[in-house]
Amino acid sequence: MSQKEKPLERRRFLKQGSAVLAGAAASALAPESAAQNLAGEPWERVYGAAFAGYGERSRFEQPVVRHMVRPYGDLAPGSGAALSPIESLEGIITPSSLHNIRSHSGTPDIDPRRHQLILHGLVARPVRFSIESLSRYPMVTRTHFLECSGNSSRALAPQPLQLPAGAIHGNMSCSEWTGVPLRILLEEAGVLPQAKWLLAEGADSAHMSRSFPMEKALDDALVALYQNGERLRPEQGYPVRLLLPGWEGNMNVKWLRRLKATAEPMHTKDETSKYTDLLPDGRAMQFTFEMGVKSVITKPSSTMALPRGAIYEISGLAWSGAGRIRRVEVSADGGATWTDAALTGQERPKSFVRFRLPWEWKGTETLLQSRATDEKGQVQPARREWQSQYSPGNTYHNNSIVTWAVGADGSVKHVYA
Amino acid sequence: MSTLKLAAVLGLLSAGACASAPQQSAVRSPSLGVAVTSEELAAWDISVPPSGAGLPAGGGTVRDGAVVYEQKCAACHGVKGIGKPADPLAGGQGTLASKTPLRTVGSYWPYATTLFDYVRRAMPITNPLSLTNDEAYAVSAYVLYLNGIVAEDARMSAQTLPQVKMPNRDGFIDDWRPRVGK
Repeated sequence: MSQKEKPLERRRFLKQGSAVLAGAAASALAPESAAQNLAGEPWERVYGAAFAGYGERSRFEQPVVRHMVRPYGDLAPGSGAALSPIESLEGIITPSSLHNIRSHSGTPDIDPRRHQLILHGLVARPVRFSIESLSRYPMVTRTHFLECSGNSSRALAPQPLQLPAGAIHGNMSCSEWTGVPLRILLEEAGVLPQAKWLLAEGADSAHMSRSFPMEKALDDALVALYQNGERLRPEQGYPVRLLLPGWEGNMNVKWLRRLKATAEPMHTKDETSKYTDLLPDGRAMQFTFEMGVKSVITKPSSTMALPRGAIYEISGLAWSGAGRIRRVEVSADGGATWTDAALTGQERPKSFVRFRLPWEWKGTETLLQSRATDEKGQVQPARREWQSQYSPGNTYHNNSIVTWAVGADGSVKHVYA
Repeated sequence: MSTLKLAAVLGLLSAGACASAPQQSAVRSPSLGVAVTSEELAAWDISVPPSGAGLPAGGGTVRDGAVVYEQKCAACHGVKGIGKPADPLAGGQGTLASKTPLRTVGSYWPYATTLFDYVRRAMPITNPLSLTNDEAYAVSAYVLYLNGIVAEDARMSAQTLPQVKMPNRDGFIDDWRPRVGK
């Protein structure tokens, strides 16, 4: 942005119709009259609660919980997904307790003293590592999103579902991960030249397994032990998980117990019958690892209600499996015109970016959309454009533009546009 | 940075400290991995590639598989693999290019080895690793039979399973290796 631009313009107000918010109106945002009433509230007159060993949020925030998707019901309550309530969250990092979960056979209760990670196959020295020994390796810390390849499949229902944003697009989250670069462990085992792939296998009761290329293993793959500063949560793979930044969530194998170097992919159940992308002609794309450039407005979003004619901040998330987010544009007219949003975190590759844009809603029907562009120049596709590439039965890799419709009554609805 | 400086200072005071000064160049492994014996690996390595390498001894027939399926699979996958509440296992051939594609073992899966691999590692969902190898072969044979892929008198084993030609074996486009030129 040019330094010559005036401060008001730098605020990048989203023009809706002709009017741009005048500077004077902004002062109306600051409430001032309530201060006097605060004195003497009950909590100011009693001694506060004692310290807790492990913190808990305010009881007033208890309704913010994950959205459950349990396709098999009580038969397999740990199979399916718990989607992050992105409509209630801000910033970039997803709280560990609200991180999305996608599991195939529930969450195992693993004793870290007994867990082993075996590295074998086409290596000179097959080895196993205890968690205690892995904890003594050099580590790196990085912020990365994880997105299930099936995220936003609910946005492919015949009619737009009227659910909160997280219940549609929340099968993704972003954390600070700390762990051992996989490259170090591979060097120790001595990968043979003919090894081109690795099989990763979990210690859950599904023994979930995926093949991934050696190129990724030697690039930025992590054997992660920590999430947001503490040991991994059980539902995120405690005590150790694979992290393949930017790639299909399913490949980031949790409860990692085995890595096998191979010449060819293993063609596991989850890289053949699942996580393959059906095309209109009946063939399917296989090994589509990278998650596409994508964004979603979280505030305002579906099922919310806006008071009439007021100033709002549009806020949302953008990410790309290819690297950094370069740009997020927002439209308040169904994609006819676009305005650049301000970005936070765009220096981080394969991470959530928070975008924001002040917006004056004038009380008329409005179609809100966001469109992300990554550093490779890839642009988030329109819904119809995305759909035309695939079979109607494909539910993976939906990174198409999301539309929220604000009605004249202030209700926000999910629509297809 | 400060740690390195501190180490340098200590190095001046004590020559012995130099050897353990932090390295800033290439990351070096502490090499804490413990050698694994082939016996240990045999128990852990349950993955089966399309070649069938690593398939265990034993085998099972369609007839035996029907019994195992009825007892341990039908409650979730339905009579004769029609599905509900879990995924359908049979049918759907010829539907992949339609508006309502039905992806099953028969219509979609490219390799029969994957069926054995998954049954053995994960099924039944409430009691995984409980099937014997013979039972896993037998139930694989039965599911293939339900899809018209093997005959009623077929027996699946380490020799026969990799030979099964799945109807959709050529239905997949590799998106990765063309990108990296392999």
